Amino acid sequence: MQLLANYLTLAALYALIACGYVLVYRVSRVLTLAHGEVMMVGAYLLLTMGTLFHLPPLPAFIAALLMSLVVGLAIYWMVMRRMAGETVFAAVLVTIALGILLRGAMALVWTPRLQYPAEAIAMENPSVALGGSVAVSQASLLIIASAVLVYGGLFLFFRHTTWGVRMRAVGENPRLAAQRGIAPHGPLALAWGIAALTGGLAGMLLSIDTGIDEAMAIIGLKTFPVVLVGGLDSLSGAIIGALVVAGAEILAIYYVDPLVADVAPFLVLLAILMVRPWGLFGTREELDRV
Amino acid sequence: MARASGYLKTGYGQQLVLVETRMQWMLLALLAAALLALPLFASFFLLDLAGQIFLAVIGAVALMLLTGIAGQVSLGHAGLLAAGALVTGILTQEAGAPFWITLPAATIAGALLGLLFGLPSLRLKGLYLGISTLALHFIVVFLGQEYETIRGFSTGISVHPPRIFGCELYDPAAWYYVLLAFDVVVVLFALNLLRSRTGRAWRAVHERDVVAEALGVSVFRAKLSAFVISSALTALAGAVFSYYRGFVSVEAFSLFVTIQYVAMVIIGGLGSILGAILGAIFVTMFPYAIEAALETTGLAAALAGYVFAINYALFGLVMLAFLLFEPDGLAGIWRRLRDYFFLWPFRKTPLAGGE
Repeated sequence: MQLLANYLTLAALYALIACGYVLVYRVSRVLTLAHGEVMMVGAYLLLTMGTLFHLPPLPAFIAALLMSLVVGLAIYWMVMRRMAGETVFAAVLVTIALGILLRGAMALVWTPRLQYPAEAIAMENPSVALGGSVAVSQASLLIIASAVLVYGGLFLFFRHTTWGVRMRAVGENPRLAAQRGIAPHGPLALAWGIAALTGGLAGMLLSIDTGIDEAMAIIGLKTFPVVLVGGLDSLSGAIIGALVVAGAEILAIYYVDPLVADVAPFLVLLAILMVRPWGLFGTREELDRV
Repeated sequence: MARASGYLKTGYGQQLVLVETRMQWMLLALLAAALLALPLFASFFLLDLAGQIFLAVIGAVALMLLTGIAGQVSLGHAGLLAAGALVTGILTQEAGAPFWITLPAATIAGALLGLLFGLPSLRLKGLYLGISTLALHFIVVFLGQEYETIRGFSTGISVHPPRIFGCELYDPAAWYYVLLAFDVVVVLFALNLLRSRTGRAWRAVHERDVVAEALGVSVFRAKLSAFVISSALTALAGAVFSYYRGFVSVEAFSLFVTIQYVAMVIIGGLGSILGAILGAIFVTMFPYAIEAALETTGLAAALAGYVFAINYALFGLVMLAFLLFEPDGLAGIWRRLRDYFFLWPFRKTPLAGGE
């Protein structure tokens, strides 16, 4: 049962991180490799809310989330906007460069040592007993809850709001969308904004559990097997991908060797790339477009 | 720099010539003399820097062949370097093999891995290919880690300096010449490859694989050969690196190394061997230049704990700047400058264009 609880937590974390990749990819066809760093920005912002303004947990979270959104919008507006019309490869490289830049800048501002935002915002993280001998941390429950909320919210957003429809339109065919009067910059910027917001949220919740240092970026990196397994442009695929990859990883930890667990997502990834490169739920034509 | 003035070629043979004019021969000879004479004046530090640059050039040229020429995205470069280094380390440790066994073994291992890395390229393009090579990077590093833990080399495998003609290669000046020779061979190999059938096939596949196929290029063979040759060269670079350092540890081959090599190729300018060399020089010297700049401005003491972070941030910034504002890289800047002086007072490039 403890295994199941750990599994669900990990899957929820992966899903929460993964939706950022999917959003950006779905709207702009760019796979961002700076998402791990964006997660870190969120966590550091939360830390700053605590150390600088002594905010209690809830306002600190809200403020940090809003600032993450702004960071995402700024990334699009200052950098990614210029990559319109360039090759996908160039755009991906830009995100790599951006990741390095962010990482250096964060080390300059917040120093690279391990820090604990939970202390800074005076948030307690008690372990919650779930009956029997099963116990998880409160942050884990928050991760699961926010994954459910974020995905529910995104599904409604894409289906029922004007901006959601616009984002889908731009993702499907930017020229046609522009023809129909949708200025593509808005939806694209919003995609980056929401990606930074959800990624930042994942980073914040994770940092409550484990603290924050450079290792967080690696978790971001380990998540894109999740996205590829599910299909790069499919939100529901991301959930399935998170379940599959987290399952492989948890099984590897318990039954094989914790060291293997770090590679497990990539083994799953290679397997899926061999068999179904566009992922379980991705659009098949994808491959030719890339 | 004197070049053939105008477009005076009358045959295909003349188009393939690497050095066109006597003046270019003389400049090349001058460059060679300068490179050969350098160890006579250079300090130990400079020689080590030169060694690092030479090593980076091998890897950068290999990646340029794959990404810049054949257009196949690879994010597994550090994994290949690690593979070469590990094969060397393991063979020396387990069998006490000398360098004339380990180097070919590393190259062959690289070629085989290249075949493995290249297989997804037959189905996957662009982004997906980059990610599958990235996955292979993690797997190679994992295997290396496993070996190191199981055999108890958790701090790394030490490699003895190679013995050539009965004497150990230890002196930095001797290393300098060996690495220089390596570089000359690799660069000549790459340049010759590019003007051969294989090189032309790679360029064609890069431009548009469907058209290349229609023109009779075997895309299958072109892609795989690009992966195999590039990976073999990279693994060789990894093997030489392990001898140079006298030490192998997978820790040294993080994802950042891949990014550095990709940066070399980008900053140098995709599609040109000169670019790979310039990029390797630029990226290798970058941290030292930053350090020197901090020293001279007197900020070094104040920022002592932050040098690494500053390096990181500025490196990202420079890479970003090149991607956004100078996609042709240093080779493009060099070409423009050269044409500017060469053509002055005119502006347009002659018909010949290109290199």
